[in-house]
Parts: sequence; C-alpha cells; structure tokens
Amino acid sequence: MTTADIIKPENLVYTKTKVLTDAVMHYCPGCGHGTAHRIIAEVIEEMGIQDKTIGIAPVGCSVLAYNYFDVDFQEAAHGRAPALATAAKRLNPDRFVFTYQGDGDLAAIGTAETIHACNRGENITMIFINNGIYGMTGGQMAPTTLVGMKSATTPYGRNVALNGYPLRITELIATLPGTRFVTRQSVHTPAAVRKAKTAIRKAFENQKDNKGLSFVEIVSSCNSGWKMTPVQANHWMEENMFPNYPIGDIKVDGKIVEGVDINRLVVDHPLTVVK
Amino acid sequence: MARELKLMKGNEAIARAMIASGTDGYFGYPITPQSEVMETLMLEKPWETTGMTVLQAESEMASINMVYGGAATGKKVATSSSSPGISLMQEGLTYLAGAEIPCLVVNVMRGGPGLGTIQPSQSDYFQSVKGGGHGDYQLYTLAPASVQEMYDFVFDAWDIAFKYRNPVLILSDGAIGQCMEKLYTRDYVPRWTEEERRKNAPWGTWGKPADRNHNIITSLELDSGRQEIFNLKLQAKYAEMKEKEVRYEALNCEDADYIIVAYGSSSRISMKAMQMAREKGLKVGLFRLITLFPFPTKQLNEVSKKCKGILTVEMSAGQMVEDVRLATECRVKVEHFGRFGGIIPTPTEVLEALENKIIK
Repeated sequence: MTTADIIKPENLVYTKTKVLTDAVMHYCPGCGHGTAHRIIAEVIEEMGIQDKTIGIAPVGCSVLAYNYFDVDFQEAAHGRAPALATAAKRLNPDRFVFTYQGDGDLAAIGTAETIHACNRGENITMIFINNGIYGMTGGQMAPTTLVGMKSATTPYGRNVALNGYPLRITELIATLPGTRFVTRQSVHTPAAVRKAKTAIRKAFENQKDNKGLSFVEIVSSCNSGWKMTPVQANHWMEENMFPNYPIGDIKVDGKIVEGVDINRLVVDHPLTVVK
Repeated sequence: MARELKLMKGNEAIARAMIASGTDGYFGYPITPQSEVMETLMLEKPWETTGMTVLQAESEMASINMVYGGAATGKKVATSSSSPGISLMQEGLTYLAGAEIPCLVVNVMRGGPGLGTIQPSQSDYFQSVKGGGHGDYQLYTLAPASVQEMYDFVFDAWDIAFKYRNPVLILSDGAIGQCMEKLYTRDYVPRWTEEERRKNAPWGTWGKPADRNHNIITSLELDSGRQEIFNLKLQAKYAEMKEKEVRYEALNCEDADYIIVAYGSSSRISMKAMQMAREKGLKVGLFRLITLFPFPTKQLNEVSKKCKGILTVEMSAGQMVEDVRLATECRVKVEHFGRFGGIIPTPTEVLEALENKIIK
C-alpha cells in the first residue's frame, strides 16, 4: 500500500474544523485550552452557525482566543466578558454569543459581571476554564486555587486563614434562578472530551431555543503553572481538583440535578486539602 | 415625530434625543444628578416603538462594558452617568478608544473629589480631555450650554463617532441636566437596518459571512512596533479632528478689550456678566467652547491678539485655564475664576472677578 492509497478521502477519519484558523496556538503543550477551543469550534461548525457567532475573549492565557476561532470576536477588559456578551446578545438576538474566560477573569475580577449576567438569565453561553491558577502572569493564586496548593503568591500553600476559601462559583451560580444549564466537565481523556463537547452542544442549543443562560465549566490542568509534566498534571487534577470540583451536570433545564447536594457544596463547602 | 416645541429637563432631552436619533441601545446605572436619563427611557419603552434596547446594569463598569459589547457589533450604543460613575468607566473608555469603537457617553458633572456633592460642577475637565484612563487617547468632547444642545448634540455625536470610529463624550453638568427649558425636537432618524449596519460598520462583529475574514475588536497588540504604528494612526485621527471638527461660539469678540472664556453652565452665567459689563461701558466678549477636545487653539490664539486680557470661568479650581494659556501663548494675561464643590457663581461675581483679576 502506498501513501497515495492511504490518503484517499474515503480513508479520512478526522479533519480540523474550518471554524478554527490555521494560526499556531501559543498554549503550552499539555494545556486544556486547545482542546476546549477545538470542541467549541466543532459545535459551531456542526450547528452551521459560523456566520452568526460572536465570541468574547478574556484577559489571561486565552486572551488571544480570537486569533484561533474563525468567527467574529471581541476582546474584553479583564473580567468584563459577561457584560459585553449581555449587550452583544440583546442588540443581536438572532446571533449566538459565547464568552470564554479563565478562573481569575470570571471568578475574581469579573465576579459581579458573572453573577449578574447569570442572574438576569441572559440568553448566552458561558465557557469557564478552571485550572486553579493565574497562568498568563506566572502562576499566582486564583480564586479557585485549592487549600494547601502552592502558587507564586502562596509559596507555602493556600492558607484559609490568610487567603480565604476556594470559590465554587459554578455551584453558586447554579443556585440563581436565571441559569438554565450548569455543568462541570473536563478535557483530559478522550471520553471526557466527548462529554464536554456534548455539554457545549447543549449550551449552544439552549441559546438557539431562547432557553436562557448556559454555563459550562471545564476543569483543566496547567502543567506549566503547577510545575509538572502534562501526564503528572492530569493525575494531580484527578486526585486533587475533582474532589473539590466534582465533574458532572449540576443544573439541567433549570433544575438542580438529582443527587447533587448543592446545599452541601455551597453552604458546608467541604474541602479536600492538597496532598 | 416632526419638529415640535417642548418644555423639558436637560436629562430628559438626552433620553428623548437618544430615541429620536436612532440609538440602538442604552445601558446605565443610577446616579444623581442624571438618573432621569434612564428613568425617561424606561418610561418611554422605546423597545416597543423604535426597537431600542434599554437595560439597567449592575454598575457603571458593567454599563460601559455593555456599551463596548453592543457597539462593537456596529450598533449605536450609549450610556450616561455623573462624575463618580464616569471615574468607574475610565477603564472601559480607554478600551473603547483603543479598540476604535464609536459610542456615546454622557457625563452630567457634579462636585468632587470622591463622593463629593450632588450639585453641579465642572471639575472633570482634565479627566475628559487629558485622558482619564491610561494610554494616549482622546474622546471627542462636546459641552452643551442649553437643554436644546443636550438634545442636538446626541444627533451630532453619532455622526462624529462613526465618521472617526471614536467614542464621543457629552460633558454636561448638573445645572444643564436638571434645568427645564424649551426645545425644538427633530424628525426621527430610523435605527439602521441590518444592511445599513453592515455598510456603515464593516469592521463590526456582526457575524462573519463566507466572503470576509473574521472581524476582531481588540485593543491588544503585543508587538511594540505595530502598537506604535497604531498609536500614530490614532494621533492622525485626533489631528484630523483638530483640523475639521472644532466648534465654538465667539460673541462680541470683534471689538472686545477683555474676553471671558467658558463652556456649559459657566458660559450662560458669563453671558449675563458680559451684558452687565457692556452696560457699564466695558468692551467685554464671550468665547464659548463647544468642543473641549478638539480645543479651539488657533481661534483663541487669534482672538488673544486683539484683546488685553482673558478671564476663564469654570466651576472648578482652574483646569481649562491651562489650555487657554497654552493656546494664547501667554500673549495676554489669563486668569481663572471659579466656584466649586457644587457652588454656582453669580454673574455679579464673574464681573467682579473680571474687574479685579484682569481689568484693574
């Protein structure tokens, strides 16, 4: 069999979605952003909404997301993406508007914009990448940094007495009547990627059906910031991030999913300390 | 609605002009003394008539960023606030200027610093024309002196904003915002259709069709060389505004020995002071600034060649006076008179200041 035989169209099993540009991504090897970008772009292509989609980029590692998606994009000031999306959608109700933010952007500096966009039930899709650290600025503490977790500004580990608790903003916004679909996913295994893509598809379908706000958190690794290899980082994430940020749907069709003890997660806030 | 004679508040005029000028969206947050802008819009329900969107945001930071998100799609989007709220918007304003997004921001000034007072003031001049946020940028700044101008300048703002792809600031104050005067309304300008939006804002993020590249609205450029080129482009734009878009009004300046320079409420008070001076036989003129940026540098320079002295009147501790001195190259004596902290000077005080600081 020659190469020419192998590369025939009928043998094609995978191709890059045309909703991603050919720009070389600047993300570190092992980072979850590239995968998250790809599945969002695939959903946009599969739904045939490339010409109707407006993306909102954050400040942080994904500040240049607009270079990678071949859709119209706006770059927000740090934390303000939900405010931009609110107006972009209200003034263009037939367009699909999504925000893409990290933990510092969405859950620290932009907390007010996040909570209020969710509480108003804006008909938008919010994608939240949670890796528990400020990657772009060199690995400082994020609102989602775990107790005991080391970072550039918690060199001895996050200490509750000094730094307060990690913020479970996803559970928090699930309690708001304005949110329709709230889920937490990951992209560290092929099975997880498929589930995350299904969730993102649902989030965009909700927007198509004017059902209100959908919020997809993706727990992701930051092997550079965590000072680990990509494989180590994935294991560390499973052992330490997932117990504190449990994977799965939290709220579907406006109702808290059976078996999810939202009260326990938000009010009691049981914590696992990083080993 | 055709041209009609109405009696209304300055803040209400802003709101009604927004509806009449084809504005697509307004996002705001309550603050005295301009809350009537959003109250009027909510009462009028323009979403049922022109289709205009109106939303009360959770903060001024949210409202200016809503302006960014909406205006970046090529729509006419506005907000309004008063001094402390405008301070909160400075981050958004520099991003809007840096991303070259046309929009309208109205500041109905009150006294500061800090929470200050809710009474009228003009102490945000520096913030407005010297770049209240970071980076080299300018806002096209209009200073209305009447309720009629509050109304008319909203229409003018959209022309300038889209011509130059630049934010426009209407810098008013609590006196103009709160006072009631007669005004003539204008014919309604319809909101742009989808086709008009695409034509007038080809750069907008309104959804990438197959036949163009994706549009990106951003103020980020990591390459310093390219950032400098972009800065030069902005400066060229501001230079063109200085050349073509200066607005002012010179009253009795032809034969004047002494000239009062003022804008907004202060120019109304100074007008009366000028009349009182003329009745006393003093040859006094009034140079009223309509645009604060671009500043009428050349025109003031010309005027200063024929007079003996200039008094600037501003409800501040003396901000615009610096630009008047620069414009007139210290050819004649230029002094400032102002009351501040929410106190409005009387015409008598202005005349006394002119006599004591300039004429004597």
